[in-house]
Amino acid sequence: MKEQLLAIRKSAEEKLVSLTSLQELEDVRVSVLGKKGELTQVLRQMGALSAEERPIIGALANEVREAIESALSERKTVLLAKAREEKLAKEVIDVTMAGKKPEIGGLHPITKVLDEVKNIFLGMGFSIAEGPDVELDYYNFEALNIPKEHPARDTQDTFYVSDNVVLRTQTSPMQIRVMEKAKPPIRIIAPGRVYRSDAVDATHSPVFHQIEGLVVDKGITMADLKGTLEQFIKSLYGQDAKIRLRPHHFPFTEPSAEVDVSCFVCGGKGCRVCKGEGFIEILGAGMVHPDVLRRCNIDPDEYSGFAFGLGLERIVMRRMNIDDMRHLYENDVRFLKQF
Amino acid sequence: MKLPLSWLSDYTDMSGITPECYNHALTMSGSKVEGIENIGDKIQNIVTGKILSVEKHPDADKLKVCMLDVGTETLQIVTGADNVKPGQTVPVAKDGALLPDGTKIKKGKLRGVESNGMLCSYEEIGMTKEDFPDAEYGILILEDGLPLGKDIKEVFGLDNPVVEFEITSNRPDCFSVIGLARETAVTFNRPFNVKTPVVKGSGDDINNYMRITVDEPTLCKRYTAKMVKNVKIGPSPAWMVKRLKSCGIRSINNIVDITNYILLEYGQPMHAFDMSYLEGNEINVRRARDGEPMTTLDGEEHTLDSSMLMICDGKKPVAVAGVMGGLNSEVREDTKTVLFESATFLGSSVRITAKKLGLRTESSSRFEKGLDTENTYPAVMRACELVEELGCGEVVDGIIDVYGTKPEKVTIKFEPERINEFIGFNVPTDEMVKTLTDLGFTVDGDEICVPTFRPDVLCFNDIAEEVVRMYGYDKIPSTLMDGDTTVGIKTYGQQIEDRVKNTLVGCGLYETLVFSFTNPNIFDRLNMPADSAKRNAVVITNPLGVENSIMRTTAIASMMEVVARNENFKAENVRLFELGKIYIPKEGEDLPEERRVVTIGMYGNCDYFDLKGVVEVMLDDLGIAKRSFEPEKENTTFHPGRCANLVAGGRTIGVIGQIHPEVSENYGVSSDVYVAEIDFEDMLMLAKTEKTYKKLPKYPASQRDLALIADEGVLAAQIESIIKKKAGNIFESLTLFDVYKGNQIPENKKSMAYSLVLRDENKTLTDDDVNPIIESILKELSAKLDVTLR
Repeated sequence: MKEQLLAIRKSAEEKLVSLTSLQELEDVRVSVLGKKGELTQVLRQMGALSAEERPIIGALANEVREAIESALSERKTVLLAKAREEKLAKEVIDVTMAGKKPEIGGLHPITKVLDEVKNIFLGMGFSIAEGPDVELDYYNFEALNIPKEHPARDTQDTFYVSDNVVLRTQTSPMQIRVMEKAKPPIRIIAPGRVYRSDAVDATHSPVFHQIEGLVVDKGITMADLKGTLEQFIKSLYGQDAKIRLRPHHFPFTEPSAEVDVSCFVCGGKGCRVCKGEGFIEILGAGMVHPDVLRRCNIDPDEYSGFAFGLGLERIVMRRMNIDDMRHLYENDVRFLKQF
Repeated sequence: MKLPLSWLSDYTDMSGITPECYNHALTMSGSKVEGIENIGDKIQNIVTGKILSVEKHPDADKLKVCMLDVGTETLQIVTGADNVKPGQTVPVAKDGALLPDGTKIKKGKLRGVESNGMLCSYEEIGMTKEDFPDAEYGILILEDGLPLGKDIKEVFGLDNPVVEFEITSNRPDCFSVIGLARETAVTFNRPFNVKTPVVKGSGDDINNYMRITVDEPTLCKRYTAKMVKNVKIGPSPAWMVKRLKSCGIRSINNIVDITNYILLEYGQPMHAFDMSYLEGNEINVRRARDGEPMTTLDGEEHTLDSSMLMICDGKKPVAVAGVMGGLNSEVREDTKTVLFESATFLGSSVRITAKKLGLRTESSSRFEKGLDTENTYPAVMRACELVEELGCGEVVDGIIDVYGTKPEKVTIKFEPERINEFIGFNVPTDEMVKTLTDLGFTVDGDEICVPTFRPDVLCFNDIAEEVVRMYGYDKIPSTLMDGDTTVGIKTYGQQIEDRVKNTLVGCGLYETLVFSFTNPNIFDRLNMPADSAKRNAVVITNPLGVENSIMRTTAIASMMEVVARNENFKAENVRLFELGKIYIPKEGEDLPEERRVVTIGMYGNCDYFDLKGVVEVMLDDLGIAKRSFEPEKENTTFHPGRCANLVAGGRTIGVIGQIHPEVSENYGVSSDVYVAEIDFEDMLMLAKTEKTYKKLPKYPASQRDLALIADEGVLAAQIESIIKKKAGNIFESLTLFDVYKGNQIPENKKSMAYSLVLRDENKTLTDDDVNPIIESILKELSAKLDVTLR
């Protein structure tokens, strides 16, 4: 029996060396250690052995079983590793092939830049006010010191709905609407659509967007106006951007200013884009006219304020290098997908 | 307003000021310079030369070979002109010369003969027939005795930078050379002087010839007149022609030119009447009679109405006040006696009249802004001074001056400390006083008296502006507001708007922006019934065109236009949205109701359920769980079998479906288009975006599949509603995973396979719990909808 056991061990070990698959390994395990396996068969004959031989052969049998089991397990580890390697080798992909992009859409470029502007002012403690596009002549003009037949009406080609209703030509009526309701301190911006009777071309649109700003409180100064606009411009265009205020006239602010920003192309040296000026006009601003404050029941001897208004499209177009305003309202998806 | 810089030297010192420096300084002190033109910059190396000899060209009949003395040298030049003779002085463009049209002159050979330049006509040096009315065709022959080799720019004063200003409507005083000279002097801190006109006169008295009455003193605040007799109409002197021309005004004759010169110099429009055509020795300023006819001096016939102010003689209108004179009394070549009018008319009245007549003149555009009544007298005196200077008539003594109410003296408190607080930095008081005084204000203690030519200055802010603009806007420091801090936060509505946009972008949609006005034909293009309430829109009375003439009451048309454009551009699988306003007229109110709507449009690789899915994701995100999509067959814009109303909060808040093929055709779209239009304001009211944690389940769910057979007409919503109701509080979810018609299913029936998930929060569900529920569901389905288990 001893020889039989050793032969089983030898034969099993030889088979294990030559086999290559897990299935073959399993076959070997069953043929040796299974219920009808060689080793099992031999052990069944143990009963016929003498009392002296039994423990010796028993020990040997255990030794043989353990040796075979350990060899099986070792071989299994090797085969598993090999099988995994083969699988991995088969699973090689071309990692340079295009990814599968989930379909997400996009906001309109005007919305994107407007969000940026809103966030800058929200950060400075401004709220966002909204008002109607179809507006009373009173709010759009009269309350802003532009009575009927005022020459300033010439410069704003107004769409009329009736004698006293217009499509607002500016977001400035929001100054009045806000001041009529809120009491100082007031800090708001009011973005919105405005309408002027301009035919559509590369730089004009009868519908466009403005952002109005209004601050009213005790002790508001012209220096505050400049500081606030400078903060805004630096946030929008970077810390190197500079602003320049030039005297101008608006009926509802006094003093008034046109505000230029240093040219984004040349940084102020003068180039083709800024026509050699080094600056580009970007917005109008001024100290709220005392008559306007008074009309909203705010005492100009106690309070002062500033207001400003800027055109959004021009900022968007410069920011995104868009050369034709018509793209903004045509909604060609080839355009919309670029932002 | 165009202004030759050289003119300013009459009133202030312009030495050492370059045009560039002038441009910047005036812009920064409040008179915006639009640009500077100088024809002289474009002329180089053209000098006077004397023709020494003229010979025929040996090889060309039409050419001549001239020898010219240009001072420093003698040049041989070939010319084709016929009018050259020895002894004449002519403009010579030397080798390397530049002409105003950009041409460069180079020496060369003409038919083999050397030519070292070119002889010039007046056109070639940038001048016109007006400058040389008597010049013959060909080379410009200059007056004898000019020094040779002299730069032609000096001869004709072509080095003459002309500045164009953008004058804002609050500064009518700056529509004059004197006004701009004052601004210039203060800007550069130099002296400013306007001489008082001196008129010698010739005796007699205007009152012997003329009587002037003003019926409308509010419309004509002042009417001042002087008379000139023995008038000699003729050309104006060159200096005057040149100044007028630089300002864009054509010379007519000496009298008319004088009125235009005063218009520019004093900013005071004037008119000269030929007195022989004024009937009844009188001027009457009155309103026109309705229907009264009048021919203005441009030859146009007009019909007047009573809103218009007229200058009339004893019988008829002879001028439209402040706008234009009449043809019947204009100054002609044979005019002998002239009446100069220098008046102030009410700006708004002139504006309306000019608009009605379609006549916007140099005169009316100045009056519109409101002119200084105190200016009429010096202006008319200056005109008379010029008449005497030019020797074109005798000024009759006396003046007629109908002056209603003099302007009230405007005084403003001088508050230097408050000014400094307001502008945010310190300007010394004495500097403020100097600036204000130089600008024409009188500062007396703490009182500032405003000059009559500055009607725009009325209050403290105006004074602050005068100070700060002259001191320099660039000296204003940058500070941030003191005072209470304010919280910058978006309102709930603004947050929801952002949220909707972001959700839709997340669903793969691109945002569009479209015009708010549209074409009234959209209602027909959208197949809307004739009595649809949406056809009632806000109408623009003066639209750019019919396509932009009403404010939209639906956003579907805009979406269809965008879809059509993209399909036309061959874009595939397009998915878009818009969040914009519609404008609903309100009975009895001036302003319409402006409501925001969310509009979604898609075509290409999608169907109704893709669209509905997007809408559902949006509603889920907003927490609008109680909602239903109810089949809508009557909406003629949509496919009758593929349209639903979105109902929530007890009312319809939107519509969703496939656009009716006929509507698509109307827009030239061949794809199936899916569109939803949902009222944003309603969603905002219904939204519940506050989310709270719900405990995760401890016990397993029980899942059952139900394969049902239903009539084709039975709606999923009906089946689902019964299942949910019967499942009660252990209902978790219900998914329709298959719909099948065809083999093995009876005709007009459909098979619908649902996966139902039930879960009890407090225990594991057993068959004993679930089976009775399933039975009750099936019973109810059978009873109510005739739906059976397959």
